[in-house]
Amino acid sequence: MNVILNILIVTLEEGLMYALMALGVYITYSILDFPDLSVDGTFPLGAILSGILIMKGVNPWLCLLIAFAVGMLAGTVTGLLHVKLKIRPLLCGILIYTCCLSINLVMLLKGTGGKAIATFFNKDTIFNSSLGALIPESIGGYYLRTTIVSLILVIVCKILLDLYLKTKSGLLLRATGDNEKFVTMLGQDNGVSKILGLAIGNGFAALAGSVVAQSKGSADQQMGVGMVVLALASVIIGLSVFKKVSFMKATTMVILGSILYKGCLSIALALGLPTEYLKLLMALIFTAALVFSNGLGIKGRRTSDASAK
Amino acid sequence: MLQLNNIVKIFNKGTVDENVLFNDFSFNVNKGDFISVIGSNGSGKTTLLNLACGTMQPDSGSVIFEGKDITKVSEYKRAKFIGRVLQDPRMGTCGSLSILENMALSDNKNKAYDLSPVINKKRVDHYKTLLEQCGMGLENRMGVKVGSLSGGQRQALALIIATMTDIKMLILDEHTAALDPKSSETLMQITDKIVKEKQLTTLMVTHNLRFAVEYGNRMVMMHSGNAVMNLSEEEKKQTGIDDILDKFNEISIEVGN
Repeated sequence: MNVILNILIVTLEEGLMYALMALGVYITYSILDFPDLSVDGTFPLGAILSGILIMKGVNPWLCLLIAFAVGMLAGTVTGLLHVKLKIRPLLCGILIYTCCLSINLVMLLKGTGGKAIATFFNKDTIFNSSLGALIPESIGGYYLRTTIVSLILVIVCKILLDLYLKTKSGLLLRATGDNEKFVTMLGQDNGVSKILGLAIGNGFAALAGSVVAQSKGSADQQMGVGMVVLALASVIIGLSVFKKVSFMKATTMVILGSILYKGCLSIALALGLPTEYLKLLMALIFTAALVFSNGLGIKGRRTSDASAK
Repeated sequence: MLQLNNIVKIFNKGTVDENVLFNDFSFNVNKGDFISVIGSNGSGKTTLLNLACGTMQPDSGSVIFEGKDITKVSEYKRAKFIGRVLQDPRMGTCGSLSILENMALSDNKNKAYDLSPVINKKRVDHYKTLLEQCGMGLENRMGVKVGSLSGGQRQALALIIATMTDIKMLILDEHTAALDPKSSETLMQITDKIVKEKQLTTLMVTHNLRFAVEYGNRMVMMHSGNAVMNLSEEEKKQTGIDDILDKFNEISIEVGN
């Protein structure tokens, strides 16, 4: 019983942290219909940058904001490559991911004095200082602090994103993904909307990187591997599993999708799957989610609306 | 109001498929005109509209709007003063958004798309009044996703949306072509009503010869990049639909359509 509860808590904790990235990918993939691979680079970008800043004694909450801003900057470049230089979405993502590989390494080497990993176990993070310190470390013998802080963060981000999507700018973003011609006929440059969407999406990815790094107390390049698949799977699982629940917002579905996805992985590991097979399993679950959502027509709108002409 | 001067437009330039559509073509739209344009496929009707809207750039020549050269002005900037309804009912509206959201977004056309809320409750009654003139009951379905409307309803909404802000010119690109006869008749009547009420300068491309004869104060027949017929309201009345059809058949046989 104890073991199962602990697994549940870890699943919830990780699911919530990675949900932040899934929210970002929801914007680029679901709303803008832009398969953005830059996330594999911007997630560790946020993680490594935060790690180094925390090592230097910067406030961990401020680090979250800095990570978000830098992620937005990277997303802006992805958008500019696509909109201004007319490079295809997949290639833009690959380019930015490749750029991030170098940028991340340079930051690590300069920040740590030549090491390939930034460690900051005994420094202040969002989980052990200020707000985090107010929450009891464990409740009833279970370590819950990380879960609670992550939950608060996810809820705040979700509410902000929901509010944004109701503003003029947010609705224009939704219109851009649905029907570019419509946006043009509104007298708006749909390129600006796309760049903005990619910026916000990658901001969330870098933010998630910062949170995950702070929970682990370390950050390295490896953290980014497989993030695109993880985030896309969360989005697609969430949107297809909860499609019928009409009162639920898409952002909630995505968060639950992320938790579900982590749950699947935890169960497999608990049943004795060796960790080296983990990425293989991730790809398998993602494939299953894609096939499943095709049946439900989640991405069906692309054939009905966006590419009608 | 709108002048296309000495337009040259060549498709697939420099290839074996090179097609010179317009060679020194000029076209003039006066303020208050409602021009219907007819012509066979490939005659240059849609290209004419695309040049006016900025979807395409001419190879040479100029596009003048109210005395200003807008040849290099991008499509989205021109959209601020040129409203447009396209053939495909799905293009003029956003299917994943509700009727209210579509209208609220369009209502904001000439203002900034910032972080303020998009729906202003005070404007909702105004939207409903606009929708009432279609007589389709859309005003009672404001929360419905536009994607679930029929083609005719969606096109009527697209027309309302295109004309709800202050535009100087309306461009209709075969906007009734995808609809059934009854719906296209209804839409054409709504179009005429709005154009007259708002005194919009209108350029309409249509395949429906009867619409072309019945509506508007000028009729132009395009053929291989030239206006082979250009009838004023008076001349149009004297020329029957059969005469126009004869002329149409004559040029169609020439190109083997």
